[in-house]
Amino acid sequence: MKRYSVFAIAREALSHHQGWERAWKSPLPKASYDAVIIGAGGHGLATAYYLGKNHGIRNVAILEKGWLGGGNTGRNTTIIRSNYLQDPSAALYEKARSLYETLSQELNYNIMFSPRGLLMLAQTHHEVRGYLRTVHANNLQGVSTKWITPERVKQLVPIINIDGPRYPILGALYQARGGTARHDAVAWGYARACSDMGMDIIQQCEVTGVRSENGQVTGVETSKGYIGTKKLGIVVAGHSGQVADMAGFRLPVESMALQALVSEPIKPCMDVVVMANTVHGYMSQSDKGEMVIGGGTDGFNNYTQRGSFHHIEETLRALVETFPMISRLKMLRQWGGIVDMTGDRSPIISKTPLGNCFINCGWGTGGFKAIPGSGWAMADLMARGEPGPLAAEFDMWRFREGRFIDESVAAGVAH
Amino acid sequence: MLILSCPYCGIDAEETELAPGGEAHLKRFGPGSDDDAFEAYMFARKNPKGVHFERWRHAYGCGKWFLAARCTATLEVFGTYPAQSTEPPVEIVEKIKAKRPEWKGFS
Ligand SMILES: Cc1cc2nc3c(=O)[nH]c(=O)nc-3n(C[C@H](O)[C@H](O)[C@H](O)COP(=O)(O)OP(=O)(O)OC[C@H]3O[C@@H](n4cnc5c(N)ncnc54)[C@H](O)[C@@H]3O)c2cc1C
Ligand SMILES: [Zn+2]
Repeated sequence: MKRYSVFAIAREALSHHQGWERAWKSPLPKASYDAVIIGAGGHGLATAYYLGKNHGIRNVAILEKGWLGGGNTGRNTTIIRSNYLQDPSAALYEKARSLYETLSQELNYNIMFSPRGLLMLAQTHHEVRGYLRTVHANNLQGVSTKWITPERVKQLVPIINIDGPRYPILGALYQARGGTARHDAVAWGYARACSDMGMDIIQQCEVTGVRSENGQVTGVETSKGYIGTKKLGIVVAGHSGQVADMAGFRLPVESMALQALVSEPIKPCMDVVVMANTVHGYMSQSDKGEMVIGGGTDGFNNYTQRGSFHHIEETLRALVETFPMISRLKMLRQWGGIVDMTGDRSPIISKTPLGNCFINCGWGTGGFKAIPGSGWAMADLMARGEPGPLAAEFDMWRFREGRFIDESVAAGVAH
Repeated sequence: MLILSCPYCGIDAEETELAPGGEAHLKRFGPGSDDDAFEAYMFARKNPKGVHFERWRHAYGCGKWFLAARCTATLEVFGTYPAQSTEPPVEIVEKIKAKRPEWKGFS
């Protein structure tokens, strides 16, 4: 792999930029691998990357039914934060956030991590108490967050209306090192690094069946033929239920549509991320100038990557009240992704009833921020066959035993 | 936009008038059942990509619960029926089989 650098740009300029190599190879699948990962979204690619980097397992294939990064990884609103309430979540999301800090350097790929600061607005007294509790929890967990007053909110976000008629702003939970990153670049950067380690990323290769013998996984049927493997990682987000069914088990997961939209580009007007959970909306401004907007999920099972219009309407109605200046903006694009929702709104990184088959799913509306930490924990689980400290609490049997990692309160809105 | 007709009041209700209630025909396991059955009842879901049976409530109408047969991959609605049914009615099953020959049937 030729490294990207300012010198490389100068050198390639001499040959009219014709000499850049492809970022990753597109090989045909081999007959078998030491490990196969289903799903080349951020989580699948990061899992492969840390399998190679942290555990030296490089005879790995990543199978993707569409194109890499074309699932939720390429459809999300890129919010990165780690201000969760429960200890296991804080540990996992903070690991991810801290890995994001140096990911561009590590991958030699500009993922445009922008720790611009993130505010979660409190608009009811209940929320004020909830966020104060989160601040205290975060401080004990070593996650740097603080409570700020409405006046400070107004300083940080001049375009905000702090005394709206229905939901005045009573303060905010502020994480100064939260922010955004370029979603596609995260997938592309990991993919390039995986390919460089000799791993095979096989796109347009849909897994249609899982084969096993004596309770141990032996391989997968795909649209490109049978591929044998010693270990299998299922990392398919919205399609987790479908692939789990192939592997012979059910999950506590429901797949639903979550939408986002962007406005026409405007001059820089907001340099932080603002989330308003009570009214179900959040917004940030992309480097292109578009206002990036998201809201809540639809309430019913759906695989169409298309959501209901009334959700968009509700989200925009709430945001117009909070940011009156956006009332005259035109919205340019709207899209949906299929998110995998668990009952406690926490992910699953787990062994499964099938031997040597592991699953990473349930990130629902908020897994972009977790990609590096999740890949790290999943690689550890797959390499050793047992979860490490990061994944230990996130097994799929926690539901049976009532060990919920309840983040449904901390994350009232999708992000 | 999803439109379901309420089997009680006969109204074609649009999504904002309805409240979704998750998978239908779950068999309830309560105190005294074994852990596997209880866990499956409480948490494990079919979550199929394709034919699905669901509970819905005509929340801003007659207020009653009813059941719907729907395709989660296309949003096509096969029919709705009263909540008192323990399994989907024959007409709806026949209709689904005609439209989705690959469907493995209700189980
Ligand atoms: C609108 C929207 C906004 C969001 N906003 C945020 C946010 O601001 N911050 C945040 O942290 N998170 C956010 N999320 C959530 C985040 O996008 C996801 O949690 C995360 O991207 C999941 O990554 P993944 O790699 O698990 O899944 P994906 O990126 O969906 O990858 C799974 C891959 O598996 C492939 N696949 C599925 N079935 C098969 C099969 N049978 N064979 C082969 N391949 C298969 C799919 O094609 C897909 O590419 C948002 C999600 C949406 C939809
Ligand atoms: Zn009715």
